[in-house]
Amino acid sequence: MSELLKVPTMAEFMAQGKQPEVLFWVGCAGSFDDRAKKITKAFVKLLNKANVEFAVLGTEESCTGDPAKRAGNEFLFQMQAVTNIEVLNAYEVKKIVTACPHCFNTIKNEYPDLGGNYEVMHHTQFLKTLLDEGRLTIEGGKYKGKRITFHDPCYLGRANNVYEAPRELIQKLEAELIEMKNCKRNGLCCGAGGAQMFKEPEKGDKDVNVERTEQALDVKPEIIAAGCPFCNTMMTDGIKAKEKESDVAVMDVAELIANAQDL
Amino acid sequence: MSYLPNLLFIIILFLGIGFFAKNVKKLMRNIKLGQDTDVSDNKAQRWKNMAMIALGQSKMVRRPIAGILHVVVYVGFIIINIEVLEIIIDGIFGTHRIGLQILPQSVYGFLIGSFEVLAVLVFIAVIVFWLRRNVIKLARFWKSEMTSWPKNDGNYILYFEMVLMTLFLVMNATDVNFQALNSGNVISQYMAPWFSGLSEGTLHIIERGAWWLHIVGILIFLNYLYFSKHLHILLAFPNTYYGNLKPKGQFNNLEAVTNEVKMMMDSNVDPFAAPAEGSEDEVPAKFGASDVQDLNWVQLLNAYTCTECGRCTSECPANQTGKKLSPRKIMMDTRDRLEEVGKNIDANKGEFKEDGKQLLDNYITREELWACTSCNACVEACPVSIDPLSIILEMRRYLVMEQSAAPTELNNMMTNIENNGAPWPYNQMDRLNWKNE
Ligand code: SF4
Ligand code: SF4
Repeated sequence: MSELLKVPTMAEFMAQGKQPEVLFWVGCAGSFDDRAKKITKAFVKLLNKANVEFAVLGTEESCTGDPAKRAGNEFLFQMQAVTNIEVLNAYEVKKIVTACPHCFNTIKNEYPDLGGNYEVMHHTQFLKTLLDEGRLTIEGGKYKGKRITFHDPCYLGRANNVYEAPRELIQKLEAELIEMKNCKRNGLCCGAGGAQMFKEPEKGDKDVNVERTEQALDVKPEIIAAGCPFCNTMMTDGIKAKEKESDVAVMDVAELIANAQDL
Repeated sequence: MSYLPNLLFIIILFLGIGFFAKNVKKLMRNIKLGQDTDVSDNKAQRWKNMAMIALGQSKMVRRPIAGILHVVVYVGFIIINIEVLEIIIDGIFGTHRIGLQILPQSVYGFLIGSFEVLAVLVFIAVIVFWLRRNVIKLARFWKSEMTSWPKNDGNYILYFEMVLMTLFLVMNATDVNFQALNSGNVISQYMAPWFSGLSEGTLHIIERGAWWLHIVGILIFLNYLYFSKHLHILLAFPNTYYGNLKPKGQFNNLEAVTNEVKMMMDSNVDPFAAPAEGSEDEVPAKFGASDVQDLNWVQLLNAYTCTECGRCTSECPANQTGKKLSPRKIMMDTRDRLEEVGKNIDANKGEFKEDGKQLLDNYITREELWACTSCNACVEACPVSIDPLSIILEMRRYLVMEQSAAPTELNNMMTNIENNGAPWPYNQMDRLNWKNE
């Protein structure tokens, strides 16, 4: 199956003197984290299916600097940013899509000041346009009638006001989209943002991801849909902590769509 | 002799407004202790935000019960204050109900009638507020940062409003001539019988007493503001005007760092050349914030504007799960420290004298700062456009860039980014391996 994935790099496009339609910014989680790699592949399958001419930076990609910046290390962030911008500008990149809301937010909002101006889309927004343009079709298939709740990633939702694209995709699966009590602009964080992913939480009486998982379980979903590799990890851990692995799956929106069509 | 009341009134008014002006001056001086920040952009949007959020209370009503009650008190407060205008004119010139002389009786009656109705609504709303705080004990009013002063402050204001509203109604009820007109006394006509057995002279004394207490009460209230969370009734306006317009996820890029990074990356620049005197490239004294003077003035304005409502804290994932972090406390601490710095300056002839204290550690602990997920729930929840997250970030910057005092795991994460371009110890050359797995 995997040998069917077409993942050209910017360097390869350059060698042929061509420009891809869009650059897929994979991100660190999408490149290295075992769970997130599955999301990356699901998204690539959809890009392949829709015949999108995309490219990745591959080994030329480096951390956007988001966790460093939110931890307070502005030096490291700007070093990363400037290095990445140099690479992106050298390839004359105009449009970027990413499956990570943290990369999305950083490149879209914090790079322009430093000389990196691109049109940046979250993968759910990109998939939505593919759908609108008729380049991709979504069949309900195996998710028809399933109870799916969407967990808003802070850096997609509140941080950038993107609430509808992922929901519209889920509805296209003919699934029953159910909302948690705290959703959209009131969505509760999964607990990973602000560099928390990389450290133990401070002393408290509960972990944030468990609290959020409980909120999700309250609406009795069969699937918790996520749009962020970090949220995905946190919610998956939450489900494990609640011993609900056999009843509830945590899946990225891209995975849902790819699975629905048996890609 | 007959001018004595007018004179007394003018003196009281003068003192009341004079003290208030003094406090406003101090307030502005303290806010200006903050760093400069450019908020001159996008005026149209800023006016619109002020109109919607401060004047229109658009974010208050997101919590409908508290929101609608607050709108009642707020509208009541503003409109009933039109009556104060009449009181001031009457007080200065020794007239009585000047409005009756310049307005048609029906218009005057309509105005006073609406004030009376509003006064009752405000009274009821204030009682519900009091019950929510003291009987229902809404969790957000009983968090640990709500120590005795913030709790009392909240209640004092409620008592104040109750008394002021009562005085206004009593004043009308005991005004024999006004009752005789029978226009505009929609509420007070039902109160007038309470005073029925009294002589006209006694009624007059009660009416005058209520009149004086009402205006003196308002002046006291005005001067109480500076010490209270109720400063927000004034500062909500500038604060919403200067509120952040960028996407919430966008954190500012430190310009001083940009200059240094450019220097490091650009081989044409001699990194050892001394920056020209006064040039922009000069390294600032400090990265990030350890005390209030390191924050920018909008952040300090934020601190004075905070209503201590706790909406931010009740939405904060860290606080909800029992961590020490409370975004409301961040704002209260900032204000308390700023007040302390202000007093220090007053006591030392306009110069701040080192007091061995700072915002970091003496007020806000590292444990609080590191518990933040930067989720922006607090920013979204705040009804007056306060941004507690920006202060948390500035303080983290200080900890990391000035003190290298990040938690060990975060230092590991950052070392990984530095060495191999990812927060985990993977080789950058393996970034595309997923393709063939
Ligand atoms: S941004 Fe930080 S302080 Fe604000 S709600 Fe989120 S975790 Fe709490
Ligand atoms: S910061 Fe805003 S939401 Fe939080 S207590 Fe102050 S006014 Fe309320």
